[in-house]
Amino acid sequence: MIIQFINMKKVKHRNSASSILGLSLALLLAFSTTVFSQETDTAAAATETTADASVGAGDPVNGKKLFNTNCAACHNLDKKMTGPALRGVGDKHDKEWLYSWIHNSSALIASGDADAVKIFEEFNKTPMTAFPQLSEAEIDDIIAYTMAPKPAPPVPPTVSGEGGGEGSSGGIDTNIVLAALALGFALMIAMLYVVNQTLRRIAEANGIELQKESEKRLPLWKAFIQNQFLVIVSVILLLLVSAWFAYGYLMQVGVDQGYKPNQPIHFSHRIHAGDNGIDCKYCHSSARVSKTSGIPSLNVCMNCHKNISEVAETTATPDHSKEFYDEQIQKLYKATGWDAENMKYTGETDPVKWVRIHNLPDFAYFNHSQHVTVAGVECQKCHGPVETFEVMEQFAPLTMGWCINCHRETNVKMEGNEYYEKIHEQLYKKYGRKDFTIAEMGGLECGKCHY
Amino acid sequence: MASNKKYWKSVEELNPDSSIVDTLKQNEFVDEIPVDEFLGDKQSLDSSSTTRRDFLKFVGFSTAAATLAACEGPVKHAIPYVVQPEEIRPGVANYYASTIADGYDFASVLVKTREGRPIFINNHDKATVNSSANARVVASVLSMYDSMRVQGPKKGGNSTDWATLNTDVKAGIKNAKAAGKEVVFLTQTFASPSTSKLISEFSESVGGVKHVVYDAISEDAALNAFEAKYGVRAMADYDFAKADVVISFGADILGDWQGGGFESGYAKKKVPTHGKMNKHFQFESNMSLTGANADVRVALKPSEVKIALAKFYGYVTGVSYGGSLSEKAEEAVKAAAKAYKAAGGKAVVVTGIKDVTAQSLVLEMNEGKSEVFDAEAPLKVRSGNANAVASLIADMKAGKVGVLVTAGVNPMYTLADAEGFAAGLEKVGLSVAFSMKEDETSTKTTYVAATPHYLESWGDVEIKKGHYSLMQPTIKPLFDTLQFQDALLTWMGSDVAYYDYIKSNWTDTILGGSGWNQALHDGVFTSSTPVVLEEMDPEGEPVEMSGVSAGELALKLSKTSVPGGFELVLYAKTGMGDGQQANNPWLQEFPDPITRTSWDNYLTISIDDAKGKFENWNVDNGALDGDLANVTVNGVTITNVPVLIQPGQAKGTVGLSFGYGRELGVKEEMKTGVNAFKFYTDFNNVQSVSFEKANGTHEFACIQLHNTLMGRGDILKDTTLATFNDEKPEVWNPQPQVSLDHQEVPSTTVSLWDDFDRSIGHHFNLSIDLNACTGCGACVIACHAENNVPVVGKSEVRRSRDMHWLRIDRYYSAEETFIEDVEVVENISGLGESLSTFGELEHPGVNPQVAFQPVMCQHCNHAPCETVCPVAATSHGKQGQNHMAYNRCVGTRYCANNCPYKVRRFNWFLYNENDAFDYHMNDDLGRMVLNPDVVVRSRGVMEKCSMCIQMTQKTILDAKRDGRVIKDGEFQTACSAACSSGAMTFGDINDNESKIAELKESDRMYHLLEHIGTQPNVFYHVKVRNTEEA
Repeated sequence: MIIQFINMKKVKHRNSASSILGLSLALLLAFSTTVFSQETDTAAAATETTADASVGAGDPVNGKKLFNTNCAACHNLDKKMTGPALRGVGDKHDKEWLYSWIHNSSALIASGDADAVKIFEEFNKTPMTAFPQLSEAEIDDIIAYTMAPKPAPPVPPTVSGEGGGEGSSGGIDTNIVLAALALGFALMIAMLYVVNQTLRRIAEANGIELQKESEKRLPLWKAFIQNQFLVIVSVILLLLVSAWFAYGYLMQVGVDQGYKPNQPIHFSHRIHAGDNGIDCKYCHSSARVSKTSGIPSLNVCMNCHKNISEVAETTATPDHSKEFYDEQIQKLYKATGWDAENMKYTGETDPVKWVRIHNLPDFAYFNHSQHVTVAGVECQKCHGPVETFEVMEQFAPLTMGWCINCHRETNVKMEGNEYYEKIHEQLYKKYGRKDFTIAEMGGLECGKCHY
Repeated sequence: MASNKKYWKSVEELNPDSSIVDTLKQNEFVDEIPVDEFLGDKQSLDSSSTTRRDFLKFVGFSTAAATLAACEGPVKHAIPYVVQPEEIRPGVANYYASTIADGYDFASVLVKTREGRPIFINNHDKATVNSSANARVVASVLSMYDSMRVQGPKKGGNSTDWATLNTDVKAGIKNAKAAGKEVVFLTQTFASPSTSKLISEFSESVGGVKHVVYDAISEDAALNAFEAKYGVRAMADYDFAKADVVISFGADILGDWQGGGFESGYAKKKVPTHGKMNKHFQFESNMSLTGANADVRVALKPSEVKIALAKFYGYVTGVSYGGSLSEKAEEAVKAAAKAYKAAGGKAVVVTGIKDVTAQSLVLEMNEGKSEVFDAEAPLKVRSGNANAVASLIADMKAGKVGVLVTAGVNPMYTLADAEGFAAGLEKVGLSVAFSMKEDETSTKTTYVAATPHYLESWGDVEIKKGHYSLMQPTIKPLFDTLQFQDALLTWMGSDVAYYDYIKSNWTDTILGGSGWNQALHDGVFTSSTPVVLEEMDPEGEPVEMSGVSAGELALKLSKTSVPGGFELVLYAKTGMGDGQQANNPWLQEFPDPITRTSWDNYLTISIDDAKGKFENWNVDNGALDGDLANVTVNGVTITNVPVLIQPGQAKGTVGLSFGYGRELGVKEEMKTGVNAFKFYTDFNNVQSVSFEKANGTHEFACIQLHNTLMGRGDILKDTTLATFNDEKPEVWNPQPQVSLDHQEVPSTTVSLWDDFDRSIGHHFNLSIDLNACTGCGACVIACHAENNVPVVGKSEVRRSRDMHWLRIDRYYSAEETFIEDVEVVENISGLGESLSTFGELEHPGVNPQVAFQPVMCQHCNHAPCETVCPVAATSHGKQGQNHMAYNRCVGTRYCANNCPYKVRRFNWFLYNENDAFDYHMNDDLGRMVLNPDVVVRSRGVMEKCSMCIQMTQKTILDAKRDGRVIKDGEFQTACSAACSSGAMTFGDINDNESKIAELKESDRMYHLLEHIGTQPNVFYHVKVRNTEEA
């Protein structure tokens, strides 16, 4: 907390004879800022339940590794996915059967094995990929991993999800500080008053005549008004300042930088683009060829989410629990009409009404493909570090000035583009330099964006 | 020599004493600003109940409310597909080849769709037959988004469902057959091999169906003549690209004659190449588009046209036929015969006379002689039979018809004998009308079977024998509709969809081993081997004509009697056709190329006949008013028909166009004009007529005197072929001279401004060849569709507030130069006397020469509009386009005032989502046609042609993305792409290889108002007329 006293310069009043009241004016400016270091709790470390190797001689740690590499695309320990849930699979079948199934399930089915045929029928006759490369020992390891008992549900994070963001960790509220201060000042004023009164009374008692200065003194505001120069200067200043603020206010009308609405499905770019490193254009594929980047249709989501019905424990954050994220995936299933139990579409869809964040006015033409494909601009340049955004927001102001600035500063990428070959050659011949900004190439003309 | 003609735009201008012409020349504003009218009316101001205080309160409140409401921005939603179709990418257009076949217009087209919505109809570049979309075809996309369409099957005005309808019809057919009554299909010309097959199969399955084909505007005579000679009910095809000499007797070959589609071939020969171009003689009554383009036009009464044809045959064969013609006409016929003989196989004679004798004679003359003529592969786009329709009505009246199914026809509107049809319809047990509208017919039938638009349907068309094309849906049906063919399949108890039916029919009979998918992709398929299709013979007996010699035919023709009274010639207007699309605001507002009048039909009358009886006059805001007439044909009277004085109208004739006067299925605003079909007795477009003046005045929405060029001439340059060939370009295309330091120098060398270097990158130019431009107006509609140009309505058009970015000016040339020329060449000394007689006979304007000139923003490099804009809303781009930033415009209109070409358009009102302008932009359905790449302008904003910058930018952006060089021909504007006659060429003049660069170097090139130094990026080519022997 900083408290600043700024002493303004003494202002001489020509007509104020007494200098007793011509005291220095003090302006108290109190800036109070509380800066709390906001410790982001790293997500509760997933408890590694290393179960005792109760079954066989397999190594569950290695088994987990193998499971994640080879099996996790279609299997989960506790949930039916493309293939059956695998926890306790070692108890259901004997090892020899499992070896032959994993090495070549089709052969086993073809041999007419009753169990094998049953499973094959149950899972829509989708044959399981054969893994002849897995040795029996490795299969033992995987089985050992699947035999581990189900871990107890993780202890919910100690800090409740709701209050996490405000930085409540131990700091005293700014308001309280301010209130205490105000109280202190009030006390001080009261005390000064009391002291003043007491002194006067003492003076009176002592028979000292107090000078009645107030009669002679011209009130400050009157003195101010009589000084025309000062009035004019302050009016001009006032006008300029208000114009400045009015301009500032008007210029932000319709600029929705930082617009961060709640979406019907809490889609986290952090998880998708950040943690999982999915390329922006995998989902926003239209950005390569079209003027719009395209909000991905839900079937694009389902490319992955057919198999990802829940998030990992490690995905949860202090703000959003695993259950919260899982619920979002369920919303997606509802929207697409995906029946996760039976792994098929019901046909009942409920399209998602996303809240549109980037609203370019109709009279401005913007083409994504020109920036993404032709110029090779990173999506992040305009959209910000989306891979860190838990909630998507408008990063850039999207004003015309912002567009124009970039067009003034950026050079046109002409190398390797056959379209520019001849033009570049002619430009080089004429101007003797190789780089030209977009503005120089006509990128500031009205008609390039407004038609 | 060439350009000293006085051009005039209206009859009024010929009157030297006309004060209005002078006033309009002087007036900067056509309309006075009505300040006095508003403030001068003290009484109404006093009696107003709103006091000044109240007013201020309202203002204060609404300002506060608006401010409060504006505090929070609206939340916009974005809803993506759940499953995105593979072929759709938001923001990228898809194109589908399809075919229009609405019974009147037949053409192969390319449909542009955005996000699954068809928004534009292009010419089909791969098609060889009827590949050019005319104005009506381009506008047809809007007819799909018609809010007046019937949205599902109806019975007696109430909604029903298809199951009920199908069951009822099946039962109805069964009952009718049991009762020995007929089942009749009354349909449009489908020209569809699959539909023909389907109908005959259906007929077999129910034990006989009578199929009557009916064309609203009939080509019965041509069909009968062709059938008599060749045994096929079709029409001969003509390839005018091969014709050096065209002799036309009443054939509107650039209009809808024999289904249309001839203009691209015709225009090819109209451009002088190597000093040669075609020569076109036109003998006709109404001033048609064809007549306007002809080199020699002779205005004759319809009966005289027949005699002229006989005489022409006489001069060709050396036999003399009787019949009286005026001397002038006789000479023209003689000249035509001479040219015809000289051209040999490169000459062709065509006729539009609705008379079997005339049609047969023409067939005889062309057969085996003309290379232009093609009877081997005839056109199938008309097959209606007048006799069959007449006998059907008789049968209906006699109660012989049990079930009547109509498809694609509206006989209650298009039949002269509509009352007879209505009487017959009452005696029909069950009637079903397959229709897109609750129109005059379908409101009278038992059922309205809502039928899809062609952009929502499957189909196949054989426009010309051996040339097949496919119709495919480009959007999911908007409403609960069923197409006629699918209904037939259902009634037959088949569960095959019509799509599968076409596919198997094509695979079996037409494709001959070629792939179906390729055919569907191309939209067209030309069969190399002749395909024999099993077709049911439509009703009607063929006319016996065989064995009659040409001489006898001509003799018969020459004996045609010329009636003393007036003859009425009914015609189809370029914009409206047969009136199917009467609810299409684009077509209603489309100014007729000849009369420049929109929102109306009218009785056209010659200047001489009108003298003393009828008048047209300009009111002082520049609009046209006229007298009314009551017109009677065969006892049928239509009252209050507006009369328009038409230069070039044959004396003793009047003209009236079809397609107007619709009563049902159209919006209130579109109920314009009178129904000329009432006069169309016996499908004969020539009727004897009487008329008298009626009381009252008609207000035309005519843009004749609008946008005057302030008296500055030298806008349209033309010359004769002889001058063009013999003289230097300076003679027939002189450069304007200006005085610089007291020296006459070419105006192009003087400039007030410094020039930009535009040699790097693209520099767009648009070339307009006045020779190739037929004035068809497809570009006007294409511009409308591409650029979201609003429709303003009749009263606004009258106030010169039409919004067309592209107008086609039509100029009449006062002097009839060709007469003197022909006379001088042919009768150098002999007929001096008659020459002077002709001189006396000819008034300017009686038979004028016509020129069309499309004018849009000229995109001046030194644009006068740009310098006067106070907010820099209009500025110039390096690529030559004059940009207009609508969001920057504050509406001072300085630019429009400073524009020498008067091409800027001001939005006086909000034309979208405004009930005062209840056209397509006022409903959700109609707005689906809007082009998402172009802004919809708001009130108070100036707009104008952008040279389709959204299209040029798209081409550039695509090339950049693909990393390739742009080929010539890739750059297009909506108008140049729509121009099937090749008059408009667009391109980059910095590309030396391009066609536009070549055209710019042509001797015929000139700029509009070159002397003012605006340096336009649009240039024109001098019109060359083949009026003299070259």
